Amino acid sequence: MAAIIELQGISKHYSRTIIGVDNVSLSVEDGEFVTLLGPSGCGKSTLLRMIGGFEAPTHGKIRLAGQDVTHVPPYRRDVNMVFQDYALFPHMTVGENIAYGLKMLGKGRDEARRMAAEALEMVGLADKIDQRPMQLSGGQRQRVALARAIVRRPKVLLLDEPLSALDARLRDQMRIEMKHLHEKVGITFIMVTHDQEEALTMSDRVVVMEKGRVAQDGRPQDLYDHPASPYVANFIGTTNFLAARRSGAGVATAAGPLQVEEAVDMPDGAEVTVGFRPEKTRILAPGETAANALPARIAEVIYYGLGLRITVELADGAQVHVDTLLPDTLARSDVPRPGTPVTIAVEPHNIFVFPGKVVV
Amino acid sequence: MTQRKPLSRFAADTALMTYVALLMAFLYVPIWVLIAFSFSSSRSLTWPIPGFTLDWYRKLFANTDLQAAVVNSFYVATFATILALIVGVAAAMALHRLNFPGKTLFRRLILLPITLPGIVTGISMLNMFRLFGFNPSLETVILGHATALLGVVVTQVFARLQRLPRSLEEASSDLGAPPWKTFLLVTLPNIRSAVIGAGLLSFVLSFDEIPVTFFLTGRDNTLPMYIYSTMRRGVTPEINAVGTLIVLASLVLIILSVLLSRDRSPR
Repeated sequence: MAAIIELQGISKHYSRTIIGVDNVSLSVEDGEFVTLLGPSGCGKSTLLRMIGGFEAPTHGKIRLAGQDVTHVPPYRRDVNMVFQDYALFPHMTVGENIAYGLKMLGKGRDEARRMAAEALEMVGLADKIDQRPMQLSGGQRQRVALARAIVRRPKVLLLDEPLSALDARLRDQMRIEMKHLHEKVGITFIMVTHDQEEALTMSDRVVVMEKGRVAQDGRPQDLYDHPASPYVANFIGTTNFLAARRSGAGVATAAGPLQVEEAVDMPDGAEVTVGFRPEKTRILAPGETAANALPARIAEVIYYGLGLRITVELADGAQVHVDTLLPDTLARSDVPRPGTPVTIAVEPHNIFVFPGKVVV
Repeated sequence: MTQRKPLSRFAADTALMTYVALLMAFLYVPIWVLIAFSFSSSRSLTWPIPGFTLDWYRKLFANTDLQAAVVNSFYVATFATILALIVGVAAAMALHRLNFPGKTLFRRLILLPITLPGIVTGISMLNMFRLFGFNPSLETVILGHATALLGVVVTQVFARLQRLPRSLEEASSDLGAPPWKTFLLVTLPNIRSAVIGAGLLSFVLSFDEIPVTFFLTGRDNTLPMYIYSTMRRGVTPEINAVGTLIVLASLVLIILSVLLSRDRSPR
């Protein structure tokens, strides 16, 4: 498959010191669903707006299907956007909103209306064609905005925080619907979100951004299992961090030695930070032994329906989260009580090792 | 305690109602008096009016000077409004969309004619027209009015543009509309009520404008100038009749403006 979007060294400098996007290079395959993920102010929206043509990069080139479109205005770019506030035209009906972009393509009135009706059918709103956007619910407006963008069959569909204005239940539903829509229409989707769950569940590839740069770019699973930096490990999922030093084949933390599998090219004694996921951490049964066992004491137990999040305190006072699913046979008396001494363990292959000392 | 509360509230309500009634009377009794006197059979203004007559209206329709003045006023107000709208909407768009050095100064300069006394605008424009060799005429009045009204249009339209989400214009552009189509199909329909409102206000302001007109007009008189000049001979019932007709026309304009500027979609 060919790259449909190619960003080559894109930067957006607002002034000498204020840099929105810093030298980002990215290639998106035709038909891919790519998500730009990061906290607010990381430059993800600016990057998306530059792909849409609403802002011009100060450095670098944007190619769309091989053509340099860096300075092509939005109305001549074969790219469409779903805006965060949907930006439906309030003075037009739903049908007119969707037909708007078709008329600009030179479609006749009847054909535009027919195609608008088809697009509405696809998002399940066929009966709303003559209503005004104000009469629709948030979720319905979202679908109209999607239909309006997709009906032009652009090469790339841009989505700017498309689900952020919806309530939680509807958001879950729309996530799945949008993924299905992507599979159905076969258009490349580039989405911007600050919601890691959204990014992981919907996309083929996630680009994590930090301060205008790409922090990591990969499949959701790879990002989760092999975060490239503590920033990514912390942004995607939850991670326990412990300061340590390189020692022999493993590392030495203040609470005890740990075996690791990740190769670290660092001399003995170098400062490192280890990270591990709460759900990959176990509390050993009494008398059980395992690799990387560390003595600890239960500090807090939080029940969250699906399971328990247990916070334990290691020998040096560092706190570590342990997530466990609740076995259905668990009796009330088996729930660990704060103060109980326990032993926790993490498999060596589940430990990330990052160079340097990190404050997260 | 429980009994006194309704009583004090009753007193407060009565006081408020009285106040509102007095205020309304202060605003509207003069207009009713004007209307009543326009139908009075006596030439002197005495109350109660001795009898009912339509004579003054008849005289009005026979008065060619006055008719010419009305036509002149409509001519001036219409074209001054159109000119102010064209220039004003463009200026508001420029203020809204573009960032350029001296933007704040530009805005202040456009709004200045609102705060400047009409006399100053009148004298300075008269000087300028003299300098360029224009003779004072209704057309110079139009230019003068349009200048003074520019601020009204820009303020209203700019305020509306600021409330218009940027994303609407971006969406239009995204969907393939070049800038002029975006303006016609998306921006203008959404600032429509502000444009109409500013237009009607400009029309009314121009219609009864005296200071600028006084300096810039040639031999032709507008209605307020005509009324003013006849008034030197005292208030005649004829003037009352004109006044009544103007009130009627204003009423029509107000109803029109409410109907036209109502946004179709509640926001």
